[in-house]
Amino acid sequence: MFSNRLVNILIPIISVILGLLSGAFIMLIFGYNPIQGYAALWNGAFGDLYFLGETIRQVTPYILSGLAVAFAFRTGLFNIGVEGQVFMGWLASVWVGVSFEAPMIIHLPLAILAAALAGAAWGFVPGLLKAKLGVHEVIVTIMMNYIALYSANAIVRHVITDNADKTEQVAPTASLGSEWLEQLTYFSRLHYGFVVALFGALIMWFLLNKTVRGFELRSVGFNKDASHYAGMNVSRNIILSMVISGAFAGLAGAMEGIGTFGYYSVKSGFTNIGFDGIAVALLGGNAAIGVIFAAFLFGTLKIGALNMPTQAGVPTELVEIVIALIIFFVASSYMIRWLILRFKKEGK
Amino acid sequence: MKIKKFMLMLTLLLALGMVLGACGSGDEGSGSDSGGEDTENSGSDGSDSGSAEGGDFSVAMVTDVGGVDDKSFNQSAWEGLQAFGEEHGLEEDEGYDYAQSESDADYNTNLNRLVRQGYNLIYGIGYLLQPAIEEVASQYPDTNFSIVDSVAEGDNIASITFKEHQGSFLAGVAAAHKTESNHVGFVGGVDGDLINKFEAGYIAGVKSVNKDIEVDVEYAGSFAASDKGKLIASNMYSGGADVIYHASGATGNGVFAQAKDIKNNNPDENVWVIGVDRDQHEEGAIGDDNVTLTSMVKRVDIAVQDVSQQAMDGEFPGGEVLEYGLGDEAISIARTNEEALTEEITTAIEEWKQKITNGDIEVPSTRDELKEFESSL
Repeated sequence: MFSNRLVNILIPIISVILGLLSGAFIMLIFGYNPIQGYAALWNGAFGDLYFLGETIRQVTPYILSGLAVAFAFRTGLFNIGVEGQVFMGWLASVWVGVSFEAPMIIHLPLAILAAALAGAAWGFVPGLLKAKLGVHEVIVTIMMNYIALYSANAIVRHVITDNADKTEQVAPTASLGSEWLEQLTYFSRLHYGFVVALFGALIMWFLLNKTVRGFELRSVGFNKDASHYAGMNVSRNIILSMVISGAFAGLAGAMEGIGTFGYYSVKSGFTNIGFDGIAVALLGGNAAIGVIFAAFLFGTLKIGALNMPTQAGVPTELVEIVIALIIFFVASSYMIRWLILRFKKEGK
Repeated sequence: MKIKKFMLMLTLLLALGMVLGACGSGDEGSGSDSGGEDTENSGSDGSDSGSAEGGDFSVAMVTDVGGVDDKSFNQSAWEGLQAFGEEHGLEEDEGYDYAQSESDADYNTNLNRLVRQGYNLIYGIGYLLQPAIEEVASQYPDTNFSIVDSVAEGDNIASITFKEHQGSFLAGVAAAHKTESNHVGFVGGVDGDLINKFEAGYIAGVKSVNKDIEVDVEYAGSFAASDKGKLIASNMYSGGADVIYHASGATGNGVFAQAKDIKNNNPDENVWVIGVDRDQHEEGAIGDDNVTLTSMVKRVDIAVQDVSQQAMDGEFPGGEVLEYGLGDEAISIARTNEEALTEEITTAIEEWKQKITNGDIEVPSTRDELKEFESSL
């Protein structure tokens, strides 16, 4: 009766419930009212059209960075470098956006494409090292994150601008922003990027589940040696997986670059879009549709959390704790799975 | 059977949630109502929310990623708002409040939320908020905005800036008098217009006292990298510099740590740090000694209180750039370490301060101006 599929859907849901409950416990312990706290969270994320717009805006890059991590996961690779690939995509899209003018029908796709290519290039390096030399992709991608952070800063400072902190605003022809959406949501920064993100999820699903290449990628993820024995080119598939994963991450950067901000400013640290993507992918079970839901949850928590201190007096740190707890319960899904199975056995 | 068991588990979870919820609302019965009102307000057209509260004046601020406990200008600004609120009998959360930003994507959201909650005057603390303030201010022309440490364009924005170069000049004078090796250092946070102002003023101050003093300049690239601050300080001290002025926020904590380490190993070593933004005397305390020579104090709180007062009186300086400097007491040199900052040095500082406020010398605020200044010495 408990099909595996049902269990797979139940585990993240139970994790989230447990996370929220433990969050409520902690709020109680510190003397805050959890109902008020969660009500503020809800209002802050869906209270009216403005907040809804901001929530969707926040969800957009999370979907893509979640897809990036999930895609690599499915091929058995752990892409920690999404953060760096996001920087590269962000920078590339803005660079295309500020450096020349062109009709929108050329400019906008070009900016998006540039972001995907930049992210892909950043994913290619660890993929190549892994496939040809067996260097572990976790180490390489972590290092690549720092290289991305600081070289992007240097490029903004010395190449795109003359020692300024941020680039110019991208040309309107390269922007995903839309006045119509902004007015609809009382000046939120909602942009058309969510269409790109949903399309990205569709592509990932199609690629992995409906094409031969996708079958090969998944097969390499399940068992490298068996795939090799079956005549698949393992190293090519590893590189390809990292490249596609990087392209998704680059797109996530474009969402920030030509969507939310419209510029690239010198960063002194990571934005966490990529790192949160790891949690999104985990929570979404590494499936395209799951990632969309998980990203939605994360975006809601992030935006809603901003409202908790002002409306309910609950510190934002606490919301971070709730998110951390949810991830904790997802990561310990084995425990929940074991509990469910245990119930199942006793029921017999 | 199995489903029943499972439903039981879910029901238990739900029940637990209910029980918890009940405990919660028991504590503060009427609290949850206020949430509803807020959203009703914000549902209406944003443009008239500024005047929604009638004669009551309310003011709020959005921090940058530092937060109100950063021991630097966010904290100082919040202290200013608190003082303003107390003076006028405003209540926290209604009359004055802050919203903390976790990342630079949050600036717009936070500003917008405060506008929609009906605050009359909203501060953006730190130059990082400049694009966000300009955008939101153009969308809500009936609300007043103010930005600290940067210049933003808009008729409803007052830009608060400080003449940090003047204070840094005096810090340079102090360093030049204190150094024994004729070699001092400067550690900056992020290389940009703002911190270059500190750098230019400091070097000008040092060179005005003695042209032959060597000044090392190094940037950490971040306001929150105390490990890098420590490394840079270590290189500077071992390279012969004995006074380091830092304008680098929390990165400076590393500079203090390095100076204290050196002092710990050899109490006779001549190492000093000049603090920034607040009086960083506590930061430099080590046993009975203190490595903090002085601090370039920037009273963000005074400026915030001043602008809030003007706005409350209906004289909000929209579209203007306000410059706070030595004359307003908004920039000053801390005198807490009397042992290190000798009589002789303070007299020198006073003399130079007179010259600056009289307009006898024009303190350079950019690297280009510094070059001119140096060639004129």
